[in-house]
Parts: sequence; structure tokens; C-alpha cells
Amino acid sequence: MLQPGTPVQVKLDWPETRGPCHIRTPHYLRGRMGVVERHLGDFPNPEDLAFARPAARLPLYHVRFDQPALWGEGYAGDAIVVELYESWLEAR
Amino acid sequence: MDDLEVPRAQHDMGGVSKFMCDPVDTDTHALTDFDRRVDALRQLLGAKQVMSVDELRRGIEAIPEATYHQLSYYQRWIRSIADNLLVRGVISADELRAALEAA
Repeated sequence: MLQPGTPVQVKLDWPETRGPCHIRTPHYLRGRMGVVERHLGDFPNPEDLAFARPAARLPLYHVRFDQPALWGEGYAGDAIVVELYESWLEAR
Repeated sequence: MDDLEVPRAQHDMGGVSKFMCDPVDTDTHALTDFDRRVDALRQLLGAKQVMSVDELRRGIEAIPEATYHQLSYYQRWIRSIADNLLVRGVISADELRAALEAA
């Protein structure tokens, strides 16, 4: 379990290039650094549910990202918070 | 900011400049009878465990890009529902065609 405050990097992966998939990690976060804000609970992996496959429960987190670095707009201190599954995160 | 040169899927629109040109429409949208029927069908299919909301989303995301942008929100839903039910054999292509012609 990742603790609040843990720096994480979103995996730089493109399952979209490997065939049909259902991915809930936005393209603009792939490879980006963020910080775990809180654990939201454990939920069946939607990437498997989308194909009616057995789905393991994965921890889901709110992860905070620096907005100006992501979007090229906004002010210092602006952040966006996105729900991400642990399978997409690597502690740094 | 230039768009990222990445293999994003067509529904994955966050931060893409061509979708940032118009202000966000925050008005309440009135639901049509069609919208309500599609939503009711989706709820029934979920309650009867024929199709999950995750399968609905995957089906929406699989709509070819040109078609995707032509369809309304609930038209995308019914397209995904039809595709899912055809793949699962819940309905046949002939049954779907006959129902559409009768409508």
C-alpha cells in the first residue's frame, strides 16, 4: 500500500498500441511524476471488467500532479488530482 | 501548449487543444425519450448481469473516431450496447436489423 505523500511515477506505457483495451489512466499523465494524496479503497481492475474477465481488486489512489507542468497553464501551486490504480504507479 | 505526440485513444481528450477552443457548456441538458430508454436498458442489462458499465465504456471507446464524434452521448451508449449484445449472442444481427427496419 502506498502511503500519502509518496512520490510516484505513472508508468510510461501505451496498451492502446497493443490491441483492444480499456484504460482509465489519461494519456497526459503517462510517465509523469505525482504524489499520492490518499488511498480511496480497493476496486476490481476495470481493465479486466471491461472484457468480462475475472478482475483482481487493486488499490485506487488520489494522486496529485503539478498543473502548470502538465498543461502549460495555470499558476504555481495549482494542482490536478486524478484517480489512478496502483498497477499504473511506481514509487520513486 | 502543443499537444503530446502520443498514441492516445479518441475518447482520451484531456488537455487536447482542439477540444479547448470552445467554452465548456455547463447548461443542464434536457433528456430526450430516447436518452431515457437507453439509460433504462443499460440499467437493466447491468442489474441482470448481462453487461457491466466497464464493458459499456470499452464498447464506446471502440467506436471508430469519425463515427464517435458524430454520435450524441446516448447514441454512443446504444452503439456500445448493440455491439456488446451482438458479441455475446444475446441478440443476432438479423434480429437487430429487423427491429431497426420495424422502428
